[in-house]
Amino acid sequence: MPKANVTFEKLGVTISVPAGTRLIEISEKVGASITYGCREGECGTCIMKIVSGMEHMSERSVLEDKVLQENMAGSSHRLACQAQVLGGDIVVKA
Amino acid sequence: MNTSPNAVEVAPGTHWIGALDPSLRDFDIILKTANGTTYNSYCVRGDKGVAIIDTVKASHADEFFTRLEQVARYDEISTIVLNHLEPDHSGALPELMRRAPQAKLYISAKAQLMLKALVKTDDLRFNVVETGDRVELGGRTLHFFSTPFLHWPDTQCTLVEEQGILFSGDVFGCHFCDPRLFNDKVGDFRFSFEYYYQHIMRPFREHVLEALELLEPLELKTIAPAHGPILRDAPRSYLQRYKQLAAPLLHNEVGANDKSLLVFYISSYGNTAQMAQAVAEGAETEDGVRVSLYDLQASGGLPFVDLIEEADGIAIGSPTINGDAVKPVWDLLSSLAVIKVRDKLGASFGSYGWSGEAINMIEDRLRGLKLRVPVKGVRAKLIPNEEEMQRCRDLGKQLAQHLTGNLQRRVISMSELLSQES
Repeated sequence: MPKANVTFEKLGVTISVPAGTRLIEISEKVGASITYGCREGECGTCIMKIVSGMEHMSERSVLEDKVLQENMAGSSHRLACQAQVLGGDIVVKA
Repeated sequence: MNTSPNAVEVAPGTHWIGALDPSLRDFDIILKTANGTTYNSYCVRGDKGVAIIDTVKASHADEFFTRLEQVARYDEISTIVLNHLEPDHSGALPELMRRAPQAKLYISAKAQLMLKALVKTDDLRFNVVETGDRVELGGRTLHFFSTPFLHWPDTQCTLVEEQGILFSGDVFGCHFCDPRLFNDKVGDFRFSFEYYYQHIMRPFREHVLEALELLEPLELKTIAPAHGPILRDAPRSYLQRYKQLAAPLLHNEVGANDKSLLVFYISSYGNTAQMAQAVAEGAETEDGVRVSLYDLQASGGLPFVDLIEEADGIAIGSPTINGDAVKPVWDLLSSLAVIKVRDKLGASFGSYGWSGEAINMIEDRLRGLKLRVPVKGVRAKLIPNEEEMQRCRDLGKQLAQHLTGNLQRRVISMSELLSQES
């Protein structure tokens, strides 16, 4: 099964996960300091900055795009509850 | 004292047209006021236009419009500036926009979403400004300065260049109501100024310092905040005071490269206290970390907030009683809203009799406060055995290594992570 390595920059830990895993599934388990609201891509609570590896993330859905725009998030941000890791190395600021 | 609803001249052509709220005792739930507050708004007259800077709380709109009408007609108003959109400053905005529909509204970029949430109209037009942008009123120039997070994301300051008047929003403000208005006329408001800083600006001290860098070079004759006295006597002293208040407390005591780890505990039978000692011992084995140990039972919590503000990491030990951490721990954790704790290191540990929920609950709270909690806490059933004491020492050491950056980078698999959880 394809793997992706997700590094949580502030925590100093890298997790090797199966491709397709959502960021929220990893960040919750690793104890990253993100708070979670609706978990359905609507509230914008779980906005996360992607330091590198955005090309290894799933495409933004229309809904995610809308919520990110409403929260004035830049192009390097994703909703942890929506974004899936597809492979390669990804570094997040958490 | 004069409490007549007259506009008050601040400088030629520039008037205070705000409102007095002397009976207010609680502001925004979190602040007490001993003699009320003021909602300051101002009118600046140029040769070609008139600007209104901020409005007032909706309940005081009549007073604001009465004063405004003494110094300007609505059809003369070309410009409305909102330095901060909290309802106590934007409350009268919808009515002002209705009375002066030709006026252009100027706000910061981050104020846009708040404006839309406050003014419910489909036809909302406004101009976004940032540092360096100017609006000409004819002989009077408004110069905008972006000073975000003082104390909301949207906050900005506006300078009348020709008069050296800085409309500073909540910055340099305080809740103090005195109709004599000017700092050289009103009663002693120093405590209000300090109290306001400690409760409103303190969590944002890095932003305070950034704003001061922007504002210090300006030739200021008057600082006109959105609450409390207008600071025309020695205005620079208020900038200096902010600089002192925003500066770190302990920088002379801890070496520039040393990291500070605070270990707090509270203990019924001495078991959590033993664990705290072990966490501290483990942390002390790492060079470059200054470890401090405190018993929460000795304090109502408040003095520790100052320490935590300066610290790089905190570890909190609590027994579990009736399925919860004990009250002094929650008192401490609920008092941290007045300081910045984001990205500090956090951890938890403790002894328990039945189930030991406190440790996870404290970790969740620390994460909720946006601390980093990279090392799983240690729980021990009743009296910790040697293996559990060693885990406490390991916890301390790992925390210290996180602080110094000496931690070996780890790559772990998702399945390993899941097994740690259980």
